[in-house]
Order: sequence, then C-alpha cells, then structure tokens
Amino acid sequence: MRCASVVVGALVALLSAGLLSCGGGGQSSSEIAAKNAQTVTVTGGPDNNYANGLFTTVKVCAPGTSNCQSVPNVLVDTGSFGLRLLASSLGTLSGSLPKQTAGSNTVFECGQFVDSVVWGPVVSADVTLSNQTASSVPVQIIDASSVPIPAACKAIGPSEEDVTSLGANGILGVGFFISDCGNACTASSTANPGFYYGCAVTSCSVISEAVNQQVQNPVALLPKNNNGIMIQLPAAANSSPAMSGWLIVGIGTAKNNSPGSAQVFAPDQFGNLQTTFKGNLYAGFLDTGSNAYFFLDSKTTGIPNCSSSEKGFYCPSSPVNLSATNTSSQGSSTVNFTIVSASQLFSSGGDAVFPTLGGPNPVTFDWGLPFFFGRNVFVAIEGRQTPLGAGPFWAY
Amino acid sequence: MWNQLACRCLKPYIVVSLLVPALVAVPAFCVLGQDVSSVASDQAHMKASVRVLVTSSYAIHEMSMAGGTTVRQFASPAGTVFAVTWQGFSPDLQQLLGEYFDEYLAAASSPHARRGRGVYVDTGDLVVETGGHMRFAVGRAYLRSKVPQGVDVNALR
Repeated sequence: MRCASVVVGALVALLSAGLLSCGGGGQSSSEIAAKNAQTVTVTGGPDNNYANGLFTTVKVCAPGTSNCQSVPNVLVDTGSFGLRLLASSLGTLSGSLPKQTAGSNTVFECGQFVDSVVWGPVVSADVTLSNQTASSVPVQIIDASSVPIPAACKAIGPSEEDVTSLGANGILGVGFFISDCGNACTASSTANPGFYYGCAVTSCSVISEAVNQQVQNPVALLPKNNNGIMIQLPAAANSSPAMSGWLIVGIGTAKNNSPGSAQVFAPDQFGNLQTTFKGNLYAGFLDTGSNAYFFLDSKTTGIPNCSSSEKGFYCPSSPVNLSATNTSSQGSSTVNFTIVSASQLFSSGGDAVFPTLGGPNPVTFDWGLPFFFGRNVFVAIEGRQTPLGAGPFWAY
Repeated sequence: MWNQLACRCLKPYIVVSLLVPALVAVPAFCVLGQDVSSVASDQAHMKASVRVLVTSSYAIHEMSMAGGTTVRQFASPAGTVFAVTWQGFSPDLQQLLGEYFDEYLAAASSPHARRGRGVYVDTGDLVVETGGHMRFAVGRAYLRSKVPQGVDVNALR
C-alpha cells in the first residue's frame, strides 16, 4: 500500500484530498476529505520521541476575529474533554484570548489527568476543527509562569508545563462528556475535586464552576456535526515510522460518517464499559490518548514486565496473542490483539507506530491507540442524538 | 470516639470479618509507610465518610470523598500502612504518599519510558501504578518492604 508523504496541518479540503490514506474504511480520499474532516497522524510528535501519539493541528482565534494561530502537534485524546494548549504554542495570540472571570477574580484551572496536572488560565477562543468553527469555546492555556501553581494542585501529581514534559503542544479532548469536570466541580469548594480556581493576582482558591463555563469539548459547540466524532485509522500489523488517518466530526451527518452496523458501548457513571478477560470482568475504556494496550498486571496476564528503560510496558519473550470481550446491551464484541516485547519494538529506533505495544494498568482495560488501527470508532457526545441513539457512547 | 477509630487498628488482631462504620467530621488520613495511628489531616479537602474493614491479612481504611472518589489504605497486622489504592477524581497524593511523594514525583517526571497516560513507577521499594481517564483515575501505591507475607498486591484495588 503506497502512502503519500504526510502534510500535517492541511486545513483546506483541496489539499487534504491530495493525501492518500493508507487503507481505512474503503472510502476514497476525496469522499473522506469533505468539509468535516481533518488529517490526524501518528508520529513521534514535536520532540520525536512519542510512541503511538495521535496528533493533529487545531486553529484557534480570538473570538470573532481573524487573529488566529494554527497549532500543530496537538494530541487527539478521546479520554479527556476540552482543548488545552501550551502558551508557548500560541505565540502572541495567547495574550489576546479573553480570560474567564469569576467576580473580580481570573479563573485558572488545575486540569487533572491520571498522571499529571496542567495549570493555566481559562480563556475564550473560536476553535476550528475539521473545517468547522465553534465560537467562544472555554479553552485552557497551559501556562505556569504568571500565576504559580497552588499547593493543592501540585499535590495531585507532576505538572506538565512545556513540550518536553507534555510531549505535545496541547491536548484536544474529544471524549463523550461535554465539560471536563462535570457536576462534581459545581459543588461548593470544600466538596469538589478542585479543577477550577479563582485567582486574585497570584493568590488562588478553589471555586465552584458551572458546567457551561468549564473547559469544553469543542466538538460539542460546533454549529452542526456536533453529536460526536469518528476516528478512522488504517490497519497495521507491524511497527512503522508514521501513519495517517482522519478525524471526522459528526456521526451520521454526512456521507463520510455513517455509523452503519457499528455496535454501541454505553459507559457507566464513571465513563467505562465492561471488558471480560480470562473469565473476569474489568472496567474498560477506549482511549486514543493512551499509547498502548494497558491492561492489568504481570501476574494476571502471565506477561513479564519490562525491566529498566522500558518499565511500564510488557516484555514477553515471544509475541503473545490474546483476546478480550467488550460487552454492551446490544451484545458482545471479542477483540483479538497481540503483544510484542517493548524492548524489541523500541530497539530499532525510528518507528512511531506500534500496533503490538502493551503494558500493565491497575485493574482496568485501557484500549489505547493500537485498538483504533483498522477500525472506524465513533464517540458520541452525551445527550446528542445519532442514528445509533443518544450519546454518551463509543461505537465500533 | 469515632474520630479516634478513624485511623486505628484493633490490637491484637482479630481474625474475623468486621465492618465498623465510622462517620467522622474531621477524618484522618493514614500515611503510606507510617503507623495507622499517625494522623495527617487536611481539613480543607476532607469531608469524607470512613469505614474500616478488617480481614485476616490486613485492615482496609476506606474513605469516600468529594466527587465520588474512593481511597483505601491497607494496614498490616502490625499496624503499618503498606498500600493505598484510589479510584475516581485524583486524590491528594502528597498526603497519601507522605515522605514518598517526592520520590514518586521525581520518577514520574523523569523522561518518559515512552509511556503515554498512566504512570508506572518502581524505585525498588516504592511502586506506584496509575491508569484511567479524565474523571476516573485508578491508582495503587505500595511499599514492597512492608507488604505482609502472602498478600497479593495485584488483588488490592
């Protein structure tokens, strides 16, 4: 299969049509590169050291103006909600985006990921994705330089403040929830998880934040094609230096995003589906922001952990073929996957796409980016109607 | 009375399953590696209900917190907290890990072993594993040297 060279950041449909997608759902490039699609690529990222990182370019503008910045190398993340961009990636635009206020205070956010926090002001921006523009979206600027990170935020985990620690210029959270924290952050400050702060100069304290003020999944605020997304990546059996695919906005709203016979997996209240592995039931989830199959532990899986520099991944002495079953009210779907030793995969250097990368994960099944290779995966936004019913759900 | 029960093991050890619910207005956090009677409270964060489950191998001090987060601290028969698990919004890890938080931070901040999302820290004694997604962090931290004989750490959740 021939692959044309990747032109990252092509926003114009005409340019996009010139790309060959290497495999994928049987549609021609011109059909896919319609008005609601943009290129996503699996590369090593801005520091050329990311494994299975899915990146795209996002354009942001000061609301209602043509004062804009296209930011490349933004991580596409179905496991989070909302757009976050390093101040350094925005250049002069950073100072032109209106800051959200709470009374006389400026609203800052301690954005909480599983392994890190990101700190910075909440601002308003027009966000363009897949040739569609959402107006006045609450967005987080990652910037720890002007207002120091409060102790309570630092106590949660390491702060990622630059390209080196983030591995990207930003994170585009396009999961099925609209706001990043949800109802929990509307509670009074002593009872909420502490995402949002009101800051007077450099003195900050936790505040309650209404959901429509919270940082939002920009897809939810598009004027149309706003019921979810489809991620389309080609199949891959082996490691490679790069891969190109599509982020399409809308489910069942255009020729290129029909869900067909995709099966629906609705999440529970924590945002998880059910995965059965070796007869036991676990919480599972589909996440482009995780860069491997992360599941369980060495004892349960029988796969040895890597030592030294590949700690955090599995290192079987020879490839292991596995299967697990995701269950929904519509039925079940068995997923077959293979795990190859991470030390072997990383030894050659130069690759960025690793379909057989796996590692441990406490008591959950994290279907990371390799799961998306060779599938059309739909993520439906909570409360939005689709041909498969109302979100939230994943479908594939 | 209930305050004192919040973070204390029964001695000598009772080989019975016993559920002792204890509602505390100012609950106490046990700290990894410390004796369960160590009290490290943080009034600003904590308005949690606490319950203690005693098994033959260890005692679980379970706290339910803001936004539906659950934290469990596992204490050995000798009364040492050897493991802590959490699920939900990320908890105050500095408080839970105590003196081990800096070690965790250093290991978690060091250049990635190319791993994206979730942490796997193993410094020899301290092991910290996290996973999950936004609004649902799952984590487990333990000290190898303090895990009681026969306890399978992978079963701790």
